[in-house]
Amino acid sequence: MSPVTKKSINPLALKERIKVPRQLMPEQPADERNKNFTEVNLGYNPELARQEALRCLECAKPTCTDNCPVGVKVKEFVELIVAGDFLGAAAKIRENNVLPAVTGRVCPQEDHCEGKCLLSKKVKPLGIGYLERFVADYEQRMGTHVIPDVPPTGKKVAVVGSGPSGLTVAGDLIQKGHKVRVFEALHELGGVLVYGIPEFRLPKQIIREQLDYMREMGVEFETDVVVGRTVTIDELIHEEGYDAVYIGTGAGLPQFMGIPGEHLNGVYSANEFLTRINLMKAYKFPTYDEPMVDLHGKDVAVIGGGNTALDAIRSALRLGARKAYVIYRRSDAEMPARAEEVHHARQEGIDFQMLTAPVEFLSDGKGWLTAARCVRMELGEPDASGRRRPVPIKGSEFDLPLSVAVMAIGTTANPIVQSTTPGLGTNKRGYIQADPETQRTNRPGVFAGGDIVTGAATVILAMGAGRRAAGSIHGYLTTGQW
Amino acid sequence: MFKIVNAEFIAPGIKRFILEAPRIARKQKAGQFVILRIYEEGERIPLTIENSDPDKGTISIVVQSAGKTTRLLNSLETGDHILDVVGPLGKPSEIEKFGTVVVIGGGVGTAMAYPSAAAFKRAGNRVISIVGGRNKELVILEHELRAVSDTVMITTDDGSYADKGFVTDKLRQLIENGVRIDLVLAIGPIPMMRAVAEMTRKENIRTVVSLNTIMIDGTGMCGGCRVLIDGKSEFACVDGPEFDAHKVNFEVLVQRNGMYRDAEQRSLADYERSTAAKSALHENAEPCAIAQGGKR
Repeated sequence: MSPVTKKSINPLALKERIKVPRQLMPEQPADERNKNFTEVNLGYNPELARQEALRCLECAKPTCTDNCPVGVKVKEFVELIVAGDFLGAAAKIRENNVLPAVTGRVCPQEDHCEGKCLLSKKVKPLGIGYLERFVADYEQRMGTHVIPDVPPTGKKVAVVGSGPSGLTVAGDLIQKGHKVRVFEALHELGGVLVYGIPEFRLPKQIIREQLDYMREMGVEFETDVVVGRTVTIDELIHEEGYDAVYIGTGAGLPQFMGIPGEHLNGVYSANEFLTRINLMKAYKFPTYDEPMVDLHGKDVAVIGGGNTALDAIRSALRLGARKAYVIYRRSDAEMPARAEEVHHARQEGIDFQMLTAPVEFLSDGKGWLTAARCVRMELGEPDASGRRRPVPIKGSEFDLPLSVAVMAIGTTANPIVQSTTPGLGTNKRGYIQADPETQRTNRPGVFAGGDIVTGAATVILAMGAGRRAAGSIHGYLTTGQW
Repeated sequence: MFKIVNAEFIAPGIKRFILEAPRIARKQKAGQFVILRIYEEGERIPLTIENSDPDKGTISIVVQSAGKTTRLLNSLETGDHILDVVGPLGKPSEIEKFGTVVVIGGGVGTAMAYPSAAAFKRAGNRVISIVGGRNKELVILEHELRAVSDTVMITTDDGSYADKGFVTDKLRQLIENGVRIDLVLAIGPIPMMRAVAEMTRKENIRTVVSLNTIMIDGTGMCGGCRVLIDGKSEFACVDGPEFDAHKVNFEVLVQRNGMYRDAEQRSLADYERSTAAKSALHENAEPCAIAQGGKR
């Protein structure tokens, strides 16, 4: 673990590197951005990027790479930034990560690369995500994608779902010479990157550019196909001649709390709320036909403390909500959202009602939500998740006036593929069983990964599964051995 | 893009479309639906599949003009295209030999009930079809239903055709006459399905209704289509669209389906104004210019 500087092109001694402060990400002022959907973070310029890159200690055994689900060679790409070879840095990242402009924006780096950065023992960790984003955007602006020239293998792979895990599989396998076709249930490609994550965190143009790049490499896409309904996994294999199938169908069915009033008008699942905004552009009604409840001047709350919850409530604020609350039953320390999102949300004026949970939604008598009856919580003994269990405080009930409540408390397994693929192994919660190393299911030729295997997780974990799957699919296709 | 290979009005405001959709045609079973989006700015709406022809690779849908999207859809002609059609979605109807099955279709719901009636007949059931419409012109698919039913009973609200009254009058008649009914399938306006459910509940007759809710993705992802079944939340798109009528909370269904009434009315009014303005400007204006991708 001891840092080495041998052969380093970094002009700074280790002691000096530690003294360089972490370069701040330029961002839109909070009181402006909370009224628009333009990206919050504006990105490093080359000077900031090089300055930040100089902080890397160039560990002999880089824990950042070890803790990256897709194994990005951080030390190497950061060194290329120091050298001023930004395109080389982008190419270096692309060896392991087909969506660097995406992960540079939405990956919870504090849980992976930056969380293990040696610098963080003394000072703030290296801004790996910011640097990744910088080189990915730089490459995009230069328009210098390299289209690999690989001999075709004659093998065909079907990828089910065009979210982060499916796109990773497609991007990796097309570069191995396999024919790849991606099937998407919705009318637009990108899965959760498009319907779930809002524009202010991940501009849709980024996804479109990544998709264009994949098309250039030869990946085929087909929208409006719900695998399991429009065509089954078995039909893909036996009738359409696919040699392997990867199932990356992602997010499941939204969960509700089962409390009174959840069927009132004005109560949404986060998936529906975000899909109406991001995919259907309901906020542009009536230019777009899909409607949503007009949030101007309304009080809105999201229930939950994850990234999805914050995406929903920050969107509500941008759509004119007067008050925007996060209602979370645990405390700050247990919040699963990315640290940067929580920080941004606070800056923007989101009101965090921590250690609070709704027990009932109240109605105006005509079927519309008027308030959430909430109870305050205190933390008790740790539960199965290792986090301290929230316990209601007797007599602490209060009513929070609301026009819209958004439930962001997780998902359960979507049953469509499992129920239409005979013999496909699932666990007792209904998720597809896949080997954590190879992503193989119990059906030869069928692989699975991402949320449909693990339950709701992050973009980068889904991409990690995709990467492992691509490796084992390639092995399977070249050796024929299951 | 999905090509309209044939489009014709089968009643005032009710149009049948034959769409080129080979994947859907191969898989469609009675009771399933598609979700479609006409053009880039369009909303996604669910529509039950009336029929399919796997050999020709086509499906048919029957659309009644109601809001902006259905109006726009019904302005499309043979040769036009629909941007997105996805399906077949939902669980197929449970088709087996029950004995005597009463299939009730109200208005445009008749088109949705028809494939199930045909499937029940093929499975060896005695099929009694009851068709209702507001008036003579809105009684649809009578001929098709006669071909797959042992008996067809028809009512019109205004008495302009067959018997004046409601489909429930005919159902009551059957029950009072002591006809043994093993299953009722009712598809139509919510008040009709609710009335059928109330009538058969007392008689303990198994009854199935097909729920047309607000939907977006149709794969269970958004949960917008949730309905209360026996006090529990279920999703019409993956758990339905057919449910045990006696377990459906119709009140919540009506309330949730009304969530966007104001927006729907505004859309429709805007659309009517724009088409009126257009036809005032150009006598021969194409009313479907937007739907053909004019705004893309």
